[in-house]
Amino acid sequence: MNEAVSEAAAGQSLVELRNVDKIFRRGSEEIHVLGGLDLEIPAGEFLALMGPSGSGKSTLLNLIGGLDRPSQGSVVVGGARIDKLSNRRLAAWRARHVGLVFQFYNLMPMLSAQKNVELPLLLTHLSARERRKRAALALDIVGLSHRAGHFPRTLSGGEQQRTGIARAIVTDPTLLLCDEPTGDLDRKSGDEILDLLQALNREQGKTIIMVTHDIHAAARASRTLYLNKGQLTTEPEELVVQAQTLSQTGA
Amino acid sequence: MKYLYLLWSNLRRKKMRSVLTVLSILVAFMLFAYLGAIRQGFSQGIDVAGLDRLIVRHKVSLIQPLPVAYESRIEQVEGVVDAIHQSWFGGVYQKPTNFFPQMPVEPEEYLAMYPEILLSDDERKAWLATRSGAIAGRGIADRFGWKVGDRIPINATIWTRKGGEQTWEFDLVGIYEGAEQSTDTTLFLFRYDFFDESRQFGQGQVGWYTVRIADPARSAEIAAAVDEVFANSQYETKTEAEGAFVQGFADQIGDVSTIIMAIVAAVFFTILLVAGNTMAYAVRERTNELAVLKALGFTDRGVLGLVLGECALLTAIGGGLGLLFGWLLVGMGDPTNGSLPVFFVPNRVLTAGIALIAVMAFLAGILPALQAQRLQIADALRR
Repeated sequence: MNEAVSEAAAGQSLVELRNVDKIFRRGSEEIHVLGGLDLEIPAGEFLALMGPSGSGKSTLLNLIGGLDRPSQGSVVVGGARIDKLSNRRLAAWRARHVGLVFQFYNLMPMLSAQKNVELPLLLTHLSARERRKRAALALDIVGLSHRAGHFPRTLSGGEQQRTGIARAIVTDPTLLLCDEPTGDLDRKSGDEILDLLQALNREQGKTIIMVTHDIHAAARASRTLYLNKGQLTTEPEELVVQAQTLSQTGA
Repeated sequence: MKYLYLLWSNLRRKKMRSVLTVLSILVAFMLFAYLGAIRQGFSQGIDVAGLDRLIVRHKVSLIQPLPVAYESRIEQVEGVVDAIHQSWFGGVYQKPTNFFPQMPVEPEEYLAMYPEILLSDDERKAWLATRSGAIAGRGIADRFGWKVGDRIPINATIWTRKGGEQTWEFDLVGIYEGAEQSTDTTLFLFRYDFFDESRQFGQGQVGWYTVRIADPARSAEIAAAVDEVFANSQYETKTEAEGAFVQGFADQIGDVSTIIMAIVAAVFFTILLVAGNTMAYAVRERTNELAVLKALGFTDRGVLGLVLGECALLTAIGGGLGLLFGWLLVGMGDPTNGSLPVFFVPNRVLTAGIALIAVMAFLAGILPALQAQRLQIADALRR
């Protein structure tokens, strides 16, 4: 268990966002994606983030994961003010503290499942043997040991996503950030992935933040927050209705 | 080293493109090695010319002869250790295309001046004992299939024999080897006394002198002193370092080095564009993957290094194989069938080739690598 989790377990939040704005500029036009957003996420939580497309869910996830920087406000994760870190330090911080799971898996097509999982370990000082061992363990956790030598093109969507999860957990990160992890999967495969995420949360104490459009997926989380027009709320109905309406109109 | 697998895997993903790029780089470097050998052949002597040797020739041009009596006067100049004379015979063997250097010399003096010419004691004795005796280098002997004991007819283009006879016949008494790879083994050397008494005109004259000096650092001073001795005489001299003399000789057929360098530069520029284009495509196609690497924790500089590393690997494979194949091809033999005095890939060409691989890898990869370095993760993942 890492120190950030221990701190949070002692009553501190693992993730703290204060007064966060995110503005994108397209030419002279400014698009306010997030405005004055405050958020605290305790360690060990499985948080679902829902909201309609363009509501800023992925942007929020990127800010928490240090993939992007806020236009204003502070992002503190595990006590580190990550929005103030240099690019090099932020990259090192990501390597150490963040595991990312993407909707479309984002595996390297030319590498086997085993080598994909080893990829983040290249940034450590582990020996080749130790890297292989840890990648094998991560693949074992996600139930893919028997497919370790297979390339992504020969794996099903569910298997690819499990490989993606193995890659995300292989460095034993503080945070698991999942952007629509079941968005590209059928119901059965999606359920298996959600089972896996739940198990990682419950059995290994991983803090998970999952962006999803899927109410069933969100139901697996211990808490769900809703984003609309850059604002967070805990009241789902109105937003769910909005989301369903938008979905029906094809927006 | 731990990233090598990743780089190698990236090259293997588009096999055809990688193979074609490697082949184009290979051809460029093979050409580089091959033309380097030809260039060495043309400029032979310049780089290996003795630092302690000077050449004394007629001030007007090499074609103008000098008196044979100059030898003893040159040897009296302070700093000169020894002086020998040589002359250009300019004959052909069997047909005009069989052209190679033939020179009448004083055997013992010549062999003492050029210790890089290795001749067995028996052959040396035979040469001294045979007035019509000649020795040939291994290269020219192999070219024409000569062996010791053969009688070699050379048709004169300048020096007819007394009575107007064009053909000179020599007894091949020895075949010399070169002490170094760069030693010219295409020379055909025969005795000056035989030549001088048999030629129809020009008795008592020689082509030029080779002078050994005691201290190479004083070469300019000694050269001036030699020229001073013959100033205002009928046969004024121009004394220069052996390397400069050989360069001037080579330049008579054109600036081959410059021509070769121009060809090589044009080929490399084209290949640079090919390799650069390949890398630019590779980076453009992999924008998303590069963003994922950064998301996983690879730094901007790390991603730059990966792209440059991939380009370096591609160039090293193509360039390394090209140099190897060029070297092997040169080893198969001289394309002129022995007209070049030497034909090998000098070490400095191989060293320059390796340096060029590094330069090409950098130049071809730097722009795509900088593009990859600047990639914003969130933007790239949205694409």
